[in-house]
Amino acid sequence: MQERMSLIVFSGTVDKLLAASILATGGAAMGLEVEVFLTTWGLEAFRKDNYKTNMRVSKDFEDYAPVMMEQMMAKKVPSWMENFKGAMEIGDVKIYACSMTMELFGMKLEDLEPIVTDVTGVATFVERAKEGRITLFI
Amino acid sequence: MPELTNVSIDKEIDARGSFCPGPLMELIRGIKALPVGSVLAVLSSDPGSARDIPAWIQKARHDYLGAFPEQGYTRFVARKAH
Repeated sequence: MQERMSLIVFSGTVDKLLAASILATGGAAMGLEVEVFLTTWGLEAFRKDNYKTNMRVSKDFEDYAPVMMEQMMAKKVPSWMENFKGAMEIGDVKIYACSMTMELFGMKLEDLEPIVTDVTGVATFVERAKEGRITLFI
Repeated sequence: MPELTNVSIDKEIDARGSFCPGPLMELIRGIKALPVGSVLAVLSSDPGSARDIPAWIQKARHDYLGAFPEQGYTRFVARKAH
């Protein structure tokens, strides 16, 4: 059995998406099978072209947002979207959209960024994550 | 300070100023693109590379030829083994 890392991405803020994307990249680089389950705001962030205008950061560090964005631009830190694409390029990474959120927000798979692999329910995700070595909720 | 002897570098990638996981990504892409037996160097100023790059090379079963510190950055050298 291949080692697996499962990420539940609930947050849609740039700071947390960046953390999730770096973890996915690390998992992919180290040869783990990486499964990302997008739900709620995490899924909203993957709506087509949303990432281009998303400047939100976590509420508790909201005051840092302008400085963080400025530093990321100045230091040319790759965006979370670039990281996810890079992770898929070097390793085995699958990104799933939560079917319940899709329903709630009235989304279809074609409304999402093309890197989203498929739509799945929570039971399928849990069934696969239970075999994993690392599971993180972000 | 260790020195590279009898090894000629086939390709060098400058990943200075790039952040974790940037230099590692450059190394992975670089190794993929080269023929087996090639020697690749990656220049990194990211302090995470000191552990990340050797860890990946070992995991991916390539030959780690060492880390060579320069002023403000390190040159990591690997040979593509397969």
